[in-house]
Amino acid sequence: MLLTIFWLVIEKLLLIGLIVSLSMVVAMYATYAERKVAAFLQDRIGPNRAGIFGLLQPLADGGKLFFKEEIIPLASSKFLFILGPCLAMITALLTSAVIPWSTPLHLFGQDVPLQVADINIGILFIFGVVSLGVYGIMIGGWASNNKFSLLAAVRGASQMVSYELPMGLALLGLLLLVGDLRMSVIVQNQIEHGWHIIYQPLGFIVFFICALAECNRTPFDLAEAENELNFGYHQEYSSMKLGFYLFAEYINMFISGVVMSCLFFGGYDIPFVNEASWGISQNALAIIGFLVMLTKAFFFVFVFMWIRWTIPRFRYDQLMNLGWKKLVPLALFNMIVTAAVILWLKK
Amino acid sequence: MGASSLIVLMIAAVAFSGIAILVSKLIVKATKNKHKGQPYECGVPTKGPNWVQFNVGYYLFALIFLIFDVELVFLYPWAVVVKKVGWLALVEIVIFFFILFMGFLYAHKKGALKWV
Repeated sequence: MLLTIFWLVIEKLLLIGLIVSLSMVVAMYATYAERKVAAFLQDRIGPNRAGIFGLLQPLADGGKLFFKEEIIPLASSKFLFILGPCLAMITALLTSAVIPWSTPLHLFGQDVPLQVADINIGILFIFGVVSLGVYGIMIGGWASNNKFSLLAAVRGASQMVSYELPMGLALLGLLLLVGDLRMSVIVQNQIEHGWHIIYQPLGFIVFFICALAECNRTPFDLAEAENELNFGYHQEYSSMKLGFYLFAEYINMFISGVVMSCLFFGGYDIPFVNEASWGISQNALAIIGFLVMLTKAFFFVFVFMWIRWTIPRFRYDQLMNLGWKKLVPLALFNMIVTAAVILWLKK
Repeated sequence: MGASSLIVLMIAAVAFSGIAILVSKLIVKATKNKHKGQPYECGVPTKGPNWVQFNVGYYLFALIFLIFDVELVFLYPWAVVVKKVGWLALVEIVIFFFILFMGFLYAHKKGALKWV
């Protein structure tokens, strides 16, 4: 009994370490990918000096951020100034907790689920953590004691708060289908009945737009509109604290890609094949599932980048109009229709 | 086991961010300087207080958000049990929405959703 508990603790600790480092590595290489994608879309070469194809560029950037002198403005509120980026980073890392990364591994005669915590309020937990992310921006921007930072922080907070609402409403149709808030059950439901994108296309579109806004990505990057607000809410930051804000943005992007593939695109499910009939070991299946999941997530990250270099920024009133007068009613409509259809088909 | 591993992840995230900031602080020698500590704006010294007044519209949106976000929390458990309860659940939620929608319409008519 004691031994099983011991193994459980070790396995969870390893998994947590793995997920935290995976998020960091993906965030680092997302900066590289962003520059390469931008270069590709603008017919340039992109970073190519550090290592082959510039593959060591993110390491060089990370090292540079680490060794930079940190400047804390004299007039700033020092504790909150440090708390802001830490909060952004912590919330970015926490979202990955409820995601089922793949089918269970089979190690030392035990099934090891590749999910940190399969809590019964999975989606609600994600929303809770995402809404805490507002504080990272708001506290950091306010504590800098800088006019541009303050304005950017207020904008960012207002925007994230406004888009959280349609984001939550868009998922209700999906929850009506599944009838459970657990992430693992949601993915399992898709393996059995087909991907949710087929049943909930409207919900997905609303969710995708809101995910762009929640990550502060173009066309909704009003919190760091560089030609109006210098550098946005992290203008006074330098060194590792700036790095945290930038990393948090890329981790959020990756995690929202993962969440979208979990909720609407079957998670680790491979379409049109029954991989259980291949006759390969459980561990191999788990690794394949994990790679499939990553591929789907990276596809969404790529789409995010593609959109960034394609669509110009919204004006603030347009942003608010889109959120409150278009997305909220659309999501509500989607929910009512889904509920009616489900009840009608049930009879 | 679910909740406890969540707490471990939380501790890991806090420790990670704390250690990274501490290490970078220890490695790098920071110099204090009156001019370095100025707010970074556009080169000239700033005038007046930096915590400026901003548009009241932001507060309005925050207030409306609060109402609807609380509603959203009620909708999640509703969505989970609809299949079991049946048509009655849909009728109830439509009534619930109707009441909230009146509030939304009122805010809209008053111009709270219009950005000025």
